Parts: sequence; C-alpha cells; structure tokens
Amino acid sequence: MQSGLPLFPERASTIGASVDQLYFFLLAVAGVFATLIFASVFYLAIRYRRRPANLRAEQIPGSLVLELTWSLVPLGLMMVMFFWGASLYFRQARPPDGAAEIYVVGKQWMWKLQHPEGPREINELHVPLGRPIRLIMASEDVIHSFYIPAFRIKQDVVPGRFTSEWFQATKPGRYHLFCAQYCGTNHAQMNGWVYVMQPADYENWLSGGAPGESMPAAGERLFQRLGCSTCHRPDGAGRGPSLEGVFGKPVLLQGGAKVLADEAYIRESILNPDAKIVAGYQAIMPTFQGQISEEGLLQIIAYIKSLKRGTQP
Amino acid sequence: MNTTLLEPREETGRNYLNADYSIRSWLLTTDHKRIAILYLVAITFLFFVGGAFAGLMRLNLLTPQGALVSAETYNKLFTMHGLIMIFFFLIPSIPAVLGNFLVPMMIGARDVAFPRLNLLSWYLFITGSLLAMVSALSGGVDTGWTFYTPYSTTYSNSYVVTMAAGVFITGFSSILTGMNFIVTIHTMRAPGLTWFRLPLFLWSLYATSAIFILGTPVIAISLLLLGLERIFGVGIFNPKLGGDPLLFQHLFWFYSHPAVYVMILPGMGVISEVVPCFARKRIFGYNFVAFSSVAIALIGFLVWGHHMFVSGQSIYAGMVFSFLSFLVAVPSAIKAFNWTATLYKGAITYHTPMLYALGFLGLFTIGGLTGLFLATLAVDVHVHDTYFVIAHFHYIMVGGAVMAFLGGIHFWWPKISGRLYPEAWARLSAVVIFLGFNLTFFPQFILGYLGMPRRYHSYPPEFQVLHVMSTAGSSILGVGYLIPLVYLLWSLRYGQAAGPNPWGAKGLEWQTPSPPPTENFERTPVVTEEAYAYTGEELSAGL
Repeated sequence: MQSGLPLFPERASTIGASVDQLYFFLLAVAGVFATLIFASVFYLAIRYRRRPANLRAEQIPGSLVLELTWSLVPLGLMMVMFFWGASLYFRQARPPDGAAEIYVVGKQWMWKLQHPEGPREINELHVPLGRPIRLIMASEDVIHSFYIPAFRIKQDVVPGRFTSEWFQATKPGRYHLFCAQYCGTNHAQMNGWVYVMQPADYENWLSGGAPGESMPAAGERLFQRLGCSTCHRPDGAGRGPSLEGVFGKPVLLQGGAKVLADEAYIRESILNPDAKIVAGYQAIMPTFQGQISEEGLLQIIAYIKSLKRGTQP
Repeated sequence: MNTTLLEPREETGRNYLNADYSIRSWLLTTDHKRIAILYLVAITFLFFVGGAFAGLMRLNLLTPQGALVSAETYNKLFTMHGLIMIFFFLIPSIPAVLGNFLVPMMIGARDVAFPRLNLLSWYLFITGSLLAMVSALSGGVDTGWTFYTPYSTTYSNSYVVTMAAGVFITGFSSILTGMNFIVTIHTMRAPGLTWFRLPLFLWSLYATSAIFILGTPVIAISLLLLGLERIFGVGIFNPKLGGDPLLFQHLFWFYSHPAVYVMILPGMGVISEVVPCFARKRIFGYNFVAFSSVAIALIGFLVWGHHMFVSGQSIYAGMVFSFLSFLVAVPSAIKAFNWTATLYKGAITYHTPMLYALGFLGLFTIGGLTGLFLATLAVDVHVHDTYFVIAHFHYIMVGGAVMAFLGGIHFWWPKISGRLYPEAWARLSAVVIFLGFNLTFFPQFILGYLGMPRRYHSYPPEFQVLHVMSTAGSSILGVGYLIPLVYLLWSLRYGQAAGPNPWGAKGLEWQTPSPPPTENFERTPVVTEEAYAYTGEELSAGL
C-alpha cells in the first residue's frame, strides 16, 4: 500500500491507461491556459500599477479580433476534449464480446457478488488477469456506485434496473473497491478489495472453498419453485413462450415491435409482465414483484442465458 | 485637488440608516437598502453556521478513522453544510444583499418596482431559514444536499420534510426577488441609461433573475413530489412503488445546475465593476462581457445531465450533455480574458476589493479549467463523486462566488455604511483567505484523482497527508473569514467617514451621499455617458 504523499493513483486496467492519457492532455491544456492568464495578470498588474509615471490609464474599448481568438481557440481545444472523452466513454460503455460476467448486488452497506460458477463473495471481488469482465449490477435499496479507482471505472447501481460496467485487469494485486454514491449512515464502510489474480490462480480460487451451486443451477431451482416452468415450456406449447435460446436475440412483440432479449428485458418481463407481450401470447402472466430478490433475479437470468436450444428439461 | 472628496466628513443630514432607529422601522421597512441589510445580517449568521459544520467535518477527517464524530453525525454535517451554504447563503448572497442595495441605485431609481414584495421575499427567506434551523436542531438531515431518491423518500430517518419545506419556501423569495429585479431594470432606468450603458453588474443580475424565475419552480416541484412520496407513499421516485429514481435527478439538476450560475453570475458582475474602477479603465469588450452573462444563463439550462454521466442515463444523452457543457465554458472564458485585458494600460491600485477581484480571477480560472475535466466524459467517470468534484466546485463557489461577495462587500461598504473599513486589516484578511483557501482545496484535486470518494466519514490511511493539509488550510480560511466580521463591525462605529465616492468610481450609486438618503437621489439623475467612463484622473481616498 502507498503511504506518505501519493500524487497519482495506481493503474491496473486497459481502459485506465487511455483515461490517464486524456487526463494528461487536459492537465497540459489547463496548465498552459492557467499559466497564460496568471502570467498576464501578474505582468499587467505590476507593469500598469498606478505610480507617478503612470497616473493616467489609456482607454481601449475592445477588440473583435481578440474576442474571436479567445473564444474560438478554446472552443477548438474543447472540441478535441469532447470527441476524445466521448469516444473513450463509448468504449467504457461497451464490453467486448465474450466478456465473462459477474453479478453484483449492492445493499446498505455491503456488496454481494456472485460468480456464475457459484462462488459468492462479500466486499471482495476476485478476477483473473487479462480477461474482460462485465459486471451486471442491481441494488436492493438505494442508489450505490461501484467504483474501482485503479481501473478508472465507476457506475451507479440503481434500484429497479440493471446497470453494468466492464474492465480488463492488467496487473495482479489488490485494489480498492468503493461505493461512490452516498447511500446512508455507513456509506464510508461500503468498500472492499478487488483481487486481480493470474488466470491459473483464479481457476484454483474458483474451484476451491465451499463448493456452491452454480448460478444457472440456482436459477433453475427458482424457476421450478416459482412455477415459471409450467407455462414457459421448452416446446413453446405452454401458455408462455419458450425461453430456450431467447437470450441475446430479438423478440417479436404484439403489434410488430421487436425488442432485444437482454437482462433489462427479462427483468421487466418478470416484474412487470404486461409491459411487453410476446406476439402470439396473452397478457396473463402475474407479476413477481416482491416475491423474488435481486439475487434471485440475477440467478434466473443466468439460468435463462444458459438455456440453449434443447437444453431446458 | 478636490478636497471635499477626500476629507472625512461627519454624516450630515438624514440618511436611510438614521431616518428611524426603531426595530419596527427595520422589520416593516420597504426601503430596498434596509432590506439588503436585513438579508446581510441573516446570511452572515447562516454563513458562519454552515462554516462551523464544515470546520467540524474537516476536523473529523484529520484521522482516517474519523474519530471526532460518528458516521451519522458526519453525514448530517456535510448535508447541513451543503444545504445552508447553497440555499441559504450563496444563492441569496450577492443578489439579495448587494443586488437589493444596488439595483435601484445603479439605475437612478428610488426603490425597486415592488417594495412590499421585496419585504415579503425577506420574510419568506427567514421562514425558510427558520425551518432549516428547526430541522437542524431537531436532529438534522442526512441525505446530502442533493436529496437523492429513494434514499431521501424512503430510507433516511432524518428531518427531510422540514428541511425540504424550508428550501421550498425560500425558493419563493428567489422568485420574487428575480421578478422584482427584472421589472425594475426594465421600467425604472434613469433618463439616458440605455441597456448598453448599464453597469455589467446589472446584466449579470438580470441573467440571474431569469434563472430564478424559470428554474426555481422546478426545484419546488421536485421537493413537492419528494414530500408526496415520503409522507403519503405516492410512487414517483422509488422503484418499489413503481417510480424512477433517475427522474428525481433530472428534475433536481434541471434547477440545481442553473443554480450554480445563480451563484457565480452575480459574482462575475461584481468583478466587472471592481476591475474597471481600480484599473481606471473602461472594461475591455463591454458587449462580450454583457452577452456572455446572457449566454451562460441560456446554455446553463441545457447542461444538467453532466451530473449524471455514471447514473445510468443513456450514453447518447451523456454525449449531448458533455458537448453542451463545453459550450457553456466559452462565455466564462470570454469573461476571464476580458477582465485580464482590462488591466492593460491601466493605472491600477490595489485596494482590498481589487485584491479580491484578482483572487477571484485566479481561483475562478482554476475552477473553470478543472470543470473541463468533469465535462470530459471518460475522465468524469473516474473523478465523479470524488474529492476532485468537491475541489472544483469550491473553487467556483468559494474561490469565485464568496471572494466576489467579499470583494463586493468591501467595495460598497463605504456606500452602505458611510464608513471606510481599515485597509491594512482588510488586505491582510484577503491574503489569508486566498492562501487558506488554496491549502484547503488544492490537495482535494489530488485526492480526487487518487480515487478518494466524497461524503466519506472515514477513509483509507494513504489519503491522510492530503486530508491533514486540507484541514490545516480550512483553519486558516476560518480565521480569514472572522477577521472581516470583526473589523467591518468595528468600522460601523470607529471607521473614517467615507464621503460619497471614496474610490473615485463611476456609476450612479456613487453620485449620492454615503449612506444614501432614503430616497437615494435628491433629483433623478440623467445619464449622458457610457458605463465605466473612466478618464484615469479620478481621485480616491488614500492614494
């Protein structure tokens, strides 16, 4: 751990290097302009101080050329900042294909994490080096924010919806994990550590410890227990559509609209089933609002993701 | 040499202060100058209350464990600090004190257009402040000044509704003040005082008033909806009741971002008065400075989403808000360059108001440039909700708005009180404030990029050195703020009589005795020249 007077944070993700480059560009531009203004003010303030040789000010109304210069030059530089920042922001928002998924639930005042393979963690996150990881995040109560400074990423975790962020760690080690959105009394305690491990160590870590049920398996149990399977039959002959192979595909809705079956759509379909009705089916599904926890939702979603054609029993 | 300008005189004749000494004459006054004083007393008290909260926070942060107060108390301290400083100090500070005092005087009018509404707005402000104090004394609020839902509507066990009611009621005082200023500036200007002869302070206040009128109703609505959900359980923001938490953020920032310009625009107006006076020069690029105020007020309404880049709002919305946020930086840059250029070929003296103005220029520059970091999407993702943001907005709000307020108070103090403040003490305190401010807040930029989240009662030990620097700075800053309180009060009794125009300043407010008579001007002045028509040969006291 650093001590003394740190001036620059650790960096351990692919996006981190790009963010820091942009930050240094901003520092350079800000430095040049601050110096320009401070030096001008100091020079003019001393040079034109009132003294016996300088009792009279010379009146100058203004200059259109100067006004345009100091409007347009900063504007041009700012457009560079804008495009650079926006393109990087889009990269931050879009995980690469094939990113491994880890599920995060925030609640006052802890982070609950679950790997699809089953292991659960609280306020700790173990991840392998060099593999893109996408976090799918939900909140049980208020707004939280999942912040890993060393990765330069942050995303609010908002109740009532999923949010996500991704990273690819570049350096093994232990890094701070903070809740960055004020969430009540013990907000400052809602933090922990991210452990970046060599892939082999990570596999050992995953298989070690208490053998837990994998997320799809837990989701399947819920799927049976809540009675989902009575209607959502694999052959599509039930009162609800088959869910096999649905995830990540477009779904045709009543009225002809199409929607992508992503996490948000499945969440909505479970909690507010009448919002979007699949073409050819009736609006008869009851809501499961209040009957299923955020973690349960994530497990069911992990289960539905795992349903390839012909796999649902 | 015109000795009548320079020699201290005994106050002669009646003025607005000695017209009547009864308490009743103050509490029922419709004189804009007395109402300004009423505001000054109230907001000075509230400033020191809010400052005390900040002092306790900084002391708590001396150690990583946050050993001084409990987490719950700490959360209430930063909440109350933010609420009081923003809604009960910064927003009313320059408009309600200097604006009330100066708007009629600068346009050669006897009073504002609606003097009784003006008094009503003070009572609304006091009612709101009292509710805020009741909320604080009965246990406080712990939601953060931003009242984010669903924490504020469902989860917080604190006096949210009382506080929200206080802010709600105070909002009406802003609306009335804004309306009063707009009507006054439109209808009561002295003969010859065309729009482009107006002092730039009035352009700033005009833009501010427009924000008051258009923006304040939105915060009122947001707080009303918040109350509905908290008291009656109507599902608006809490997803468990079918609401949307981001809706609150959109509503809240739709007002609260323009409110940032409410706090800084009047300060820019003050600087535009002070710099020409002490440089003895007409301001460089009058039209550009004037229209940049209008541009800031307009574009300022379109950038609220830059508080929400990591909130889960659409990334395309984020892109648009980022772009517009860069645009709003241009008029601010124009102002900073024009103030600097005004110094060129001036004959500059360094009385306290000028020191504050130059301090403002430096700190506002840093605050503005670091704003670019926050407008840059990918960098904001990292520094959002960290101390970087805290540092940035304190450079604008304290380095900008409070420095300008103090500069303005010193500049117009001779007019308001009829007395000169002690120059040496005033210069000393300006320097102390400048140094203390930088030591307090500059380390917070570094803390922020290191990843130190805001609103943390305790923190990892590696951040301690920077926190200690910041706390040390805040104690210097606190002393810096107490010095003017002492000498300004002292000057009321012992200060040299100022005379009508101790700075040799242009502007109608300086053409009448200090303190001014109740009716401001014996005869309605006629304006025949541009604003800031300095020749460089004006005399001023102590030069």
